[in-house]
Amino acid sequence: MIENQTVSFTVNGTVRSGEAEPRMLLADFLRDRLQLTGTHVGCEHGVCGACTVICNGEAVRSCLMFAVQADGAEIRTIEGLADGAEMHPLQKLFSEHRALQCGFCTPGMLMTAIDLVHSNPNLTSDDVRTGMSAALCRCTGYEGIVNAVEAYARQVYGRGAGEGEGNG
Amino acid sequence: MKPAPFTHLAPTSIPEALAMLGEHAPDARVLAGGQSLVPMMNFRLARPAVLIDLNRVPDLAYIRDNGDVLAIGAMTRERTIENSELVHDAAPLIHQATIHIGHLPIRSRGTIGGSIANADPAAEYPAAVLALDCILVASSVRGNRRIAAADFFDGVLSTTLEPDEILTEIIVPKLPPLSGSAFVEIARRHGDFALAGVAAQITLDGDNVSDVRLAACGVGPAPIRLVTAEAAIRAGGPTGDAFDDAARAAAAEVDPDGDVHATATYRRRLAGVMTRRALAKATEQARRAS
Amino acid sequence: MDDNIRGESGGYIGQSVPRREDKRLLLGEGTFVADIQLPGMVHVAFARSNLAHAEITSVGLDAVRAMDGVIYAASGADLADELPPINGMQVVTPQGWRDRVDTDILIPDQPLIPHDKVRYVGEAYAMVVADSRYIAEDALELINPEFVPLQPLPDAQSALDEGAPLVHEHLGRNVAAFLHTKKGDGAAAMETAPHRLRRQFTHHRYAAMPLECRGVVADYDSRTDTLTLWSSTQVVHWVRREVAAALGMPEERVRCVAPDVGGGFGGKGHVYPEDILIAYLARRLRRPVKWVEDRHEHILNAAHSRDNVYDVEIGFDDSGRILAVTSSFLVDSGAYTPVGAGIAGNSIAHMLGPYDIANYETDCKIVLTNRTPNAPYRGAGRPEVGFAMERAVDLVANALDIDPFEVRLRNMITADRMPYDVGLTYRDGVPMIYDSGDYPQALNRALEELGGLAAIRERQKAALAEGRYIGLGIGCYVEGTGVGPFEGATVKIDPTGKIMVATGACAQGQGHETVFAQIAADLWQVPIDDVFVTVADTAQVSQGYGTIASRSTVTASGAIQGASDEIQKKVFAVAGHVLEAAENDLELRDGGVGVKGVPDLHMSYRDIAQAAKPGWDHKRPDGVEAGLEATSYYVPPTVTWAYAASAAIVEIDRETGRVEIEHFVEVHDAGTLVNPGLADGQVKGGLVQGIGGGLLEELAYDDQAQLLTGSLMDYLLPTASDVPPITVVHMETPSPLNALGVKGLGEGGAIAPPVVIANAVCDALRPFGAELNSTPVRWGDVAAFFGDDPYAQAEA
Repeated sequence: MIENQTVSFTVNGTVRSGEAEPRMLLADFLRDRLQLTGTHVGCEHGVCGACTVICNGEAVRSCLMFAVQADGAEIRTIEGLADGAEMHPLQKLFSEHRALQCGFCTPGMLMTAIDLVHSNPNLTSDDVRTGMSAALCRCTGYEGIVNAVEAYARQVYGRGAGEGEGNG
Repeated sequence: MKPAPFTHLAPTSIPEALAMLGEHAPDARVLAGGQSLVPMMNFRLARPAVLIDLNRVPDLAYIRDNGDVLAIGAMTRERTIENSELVHDAAPLIHQATIHIGHLPIRSRGTIGGSIANADPAAEYPAAVLALDCILVASSVRGNRRIAAADFFDGVLSTTLEPDEILTEIIVPKLPPLSGSAFVEIARRHGDFALAGVAAQITLDGDNVSDVRLAACGVGPAPIRLVTAEAAIRAGGPTGDAFDDAARAAAAEVDPDGDVHATATYRRRLAGVMTRRALAKATEQARRAS
Repeated sequence: MDDNIRGESGGYIGQSVPRREDKRLLLGEGTFVADIQLPGMVHVAFARSNLAHAEITSVGLDAVRAMDGVIYAASGADLADELPPINGMQVVTPQGWRDRVDTDILIPDQPLIPHDKVRYVGEAYAMVVADSRYIAEDALELINPEFVPLQPLPDAQSALDEGAPLVHEHLGRNVAAFLHTKKGDGAAAMETAPHRLRRQFTHHRYAAMPLECRGVVADYDSRTDTLTLWSSTQVVHWVRREVAAALGMPEERVRCVAPDVGGGFGGKGHVYPEDILIAYLARRLRRPVKWVEDRHEHILNAAHSRDNVYDVEIGFDDSGRILAVTSSFLVDSGAYTPVGAGIAGNSIAHMLGPYDIANYETDCKIVLTNRTPNAPYRGAGRPEVGFAMERAVDLVANALDIDPFEVRLRNMITADRMPYDVGLTYRDGVPMIYDSGDYPQALNRALEELGGLAAIRERQKAALAEGRYIGLGIGCYVEGTGVGPFEGATVKIDPTGKIMVATGACAQGQGHETVFAQIAADLWQVPIDDVFVTVADTAQVSQGYGTIASRSTVTASGAIQGASDEIQKKVFAVAGHVLEAAENDLELRDGGVGVKGVPDLHMSYRDIAQAAKPGWDHKRPDGVEAGLEATSYYVPPTVTWAYAASAAIVEIDRETGRVEIEHFVEVHDAGTLVNPGLADGQVKGGLVQGIGGGLLEELAYDDQAQLLTGSLMDYLLPTASDVPPITVVHMETPSPLNALGVKGLGEGGAIAPPVVIANAVCDALRPFGAELNSTPVRWGDVAAFFGDDPYAQAEA
């Protein structure tokens, strides 16, 4: 019988702890131990991206990490995007651009987009489309998602996506 | 799918990691980025009793300029390599391979050592290190062993690492002067494993070629050096006709299997096409360097 | 939320009102089945067969039951006496259909967990309940099953072969249904056609593959003897019916709710064994029970679709006028047929599409095999038959060297012929009459969006001269939408004056809560925020049907209208009594009722609700009963006909065979659009699924009926990078069949892309006389047309 460990990390700015077997996936820990059910599980093999969270500043698939690996980390989930009652600019843009229908992929899309935009000041339109191909959506056909993320990049960097020099 | 139970060990130094593996092999697996191993564990296709997690060994992640070569620590994240100016300038083929790997969130966790040790036949790094004749450093409690890339990959998901060895460093020869490189692959979707991919590096000497390196992934159980194709280029020079000959040679010298994604015949064809495209691109880069 | 958006006429219908669903979903506050956590909850895992066809000799559960953390385990044998199979006829076809289509239907019932045989890879043979899903999966490994493998039937043909084993012995055959119908002289008309051609067309197996897998949570309350079930389903009332029947409970004591559902697309459009089993466990164990499948389970068990082979013959004259069409097709239904003859019935009805064809005869076999069961997925028979027909039309054009665009125009039913009697009967038993629309206009518009036919052909010629291969593909279809039998809605005016709407429709992202609020807000002349909509909860509407078959806007709006009309009679009666005005002098305005032309004489709905109360001090006139609520069941007269014309330009990489879609256009007419923005999203989402079906997605089996594509690494869903530039043009020709003029549109987008892509590729490869008559369109097959050596000297 494998012993549980105490896992402790910062989630959305607050230190949270819980018990986990080593094999417990970070996604399941967030959802079942911390009741942060906004992060969704779609495949458990790292393809669909619905489980994407931000760990130490980078988007990662939480179904491919064990909770014990996140000990001491800084995690950001969809629940940490809004500022109280005020939605995050990207969330507002998702609604405006009809970037969601069933909403299941949405948490993963948002976290993927946050990392994508903030890690590349030279993002082009093509980069947005390529970057967002990291996460699957079955409902929208992606047009709204790509448009929302491009608009977000414009907001963040104060100019049009498509004006960046790209990734070399 | 939930993984089977395992004991999780998290060493914080290389000697500690080696000692753990020495003690628990062969019932232990080494966990690097987890982007290949954890899916296998979630499917219960891999069920190690012990998982030796290298993610808290800081000494395994580095990119060092060692004069003629770069030394890259095995736990260096693909994302770090992608963003490294040093790798981009000094060993561009490694950069070019990296940008084809999956998607950004995969590269956030995936490591160069993990990818190479995993030895997926369609993975990019194995082809790139094979093309460049990299040295792969394997470490155990018995010491370090330098393995030539040509001697490292021996089949589907199989390497010549001993059960108690960890791949700790990849030594990459720098790009010589008057040279260019390219990594070209075709996949059904962006970020998927390649149906066929070719790593190419070429060094020009006037109208001739003083060095050419071609290795393919996705078209056999392990990455393959395209020696006949290389010979065609050495004989014919960096010309369109020679590229065509090399493409035909490459198609003939690979022996791919078919699966739901591509027949053997089609993969052969793609090996040829990717070879030609990689050669053209690498040569163009080499010319710009001249 | 943002200020209410009203149109010029002051209404919400026709406006792209932002969705009220968005906020909770964007904040991560949606509730999907997997998110539900109840105290004492236990978790289920199913042991699933690795063999496609095998006798179950025994299932040893002793070690499982002894394991720490395991609460319960059962095999099919343990449950056989208590839980009957699901009735195979989940969808009963009306007599009217069976009168006009020759049918011979023998549908197998589906055991919840079989005890005799497993019939497809993935079928459950035992279930385990444990403290966590992790432990339950550990427990599965302790099960000791014994099987005797039987010869597997990997495809329809093998199941039809002489001497093939039977999937269901008691049926005596592997054909679940024979169907046949004809129009005009049927096959006999082929004899006199000046030209005939015959081809076989194959539409492969793929599936809905929503992002959220299936799941069920059940909770039994012993105090009230009530069971509550949350299921990721499209059909809450069907689930309630089957659970109540299986457990011997009145339907009113079973509540089924579909919370937020992460996509359905038809794959969640019928009752699965797990719906009933989880309910059973909750009552038996007196603990809340949760089951959420993983992706591998989903790929093996959630219904697959398509998988049809068509043998078609088409007779035509010198000008390309189609005189007769015959088809004989096979549906590989897998081991069960949960929706019976539904898909094939659609195919039969839709084959002639937008064309005026006098003679038609078709027959079909729905074949039982050892593949995963086949049930409707977006399009439900129309993509399959559309592929056959639209490929055949292109082949007719090629045979005569007439442009495929022109051949279509020559055969299309023109707007002046509406309503057009097709001469066939729809699945609802009613003769098919195309009700409104302009098919040629849609086709012309589609080509315009691509630059016009002449310009396209010029470009194509010029490209060919440069050794580049560009092709134009076209696909047209009609779609019967808004099918019955009915939908239910309950409307109430709350004592606070708010309009409460509940309907049997179920949402998986369509925006029902918003769309139905728009409709109700216009019906009641209130701000949209004063309308509260509930969907997918059997406790809120006694009888409902659910969301499948592009039906909810049409049918739910009818029921909401019907219920509202009933209440409005009372509302006017009460207001007239209190305001001392004749009912003719009253109008709905400003969140209530007022006397026309007299601003001060007005009663709010709140005051009217108060006035209408039961008991003492009410203000109802004599003869008007208390309460302002009504339930209406809307029965559509028949389906209403949406349609579209799709076209695309592709370019082929001659070295790799890669197909690049340069531009994909769909001109789509679903009548009045209640929320144009949401409608656009539905069509585009469907188009991308169709592109996936045409190029990427495939459920491939080997000759042992083993699924080769069991994960998302091999089942390739389109990503953002796989989406070409898409243009959707909406035409709005109102339906004459309902008050709003709406037609259904949930499925349409997924119908045309596979055949448009195939037609475009064949058009590009016309110099080689290429024919691609099966899906998916494979790059390798395309590349083969260019010879073995991509770098041989190019031929002229």
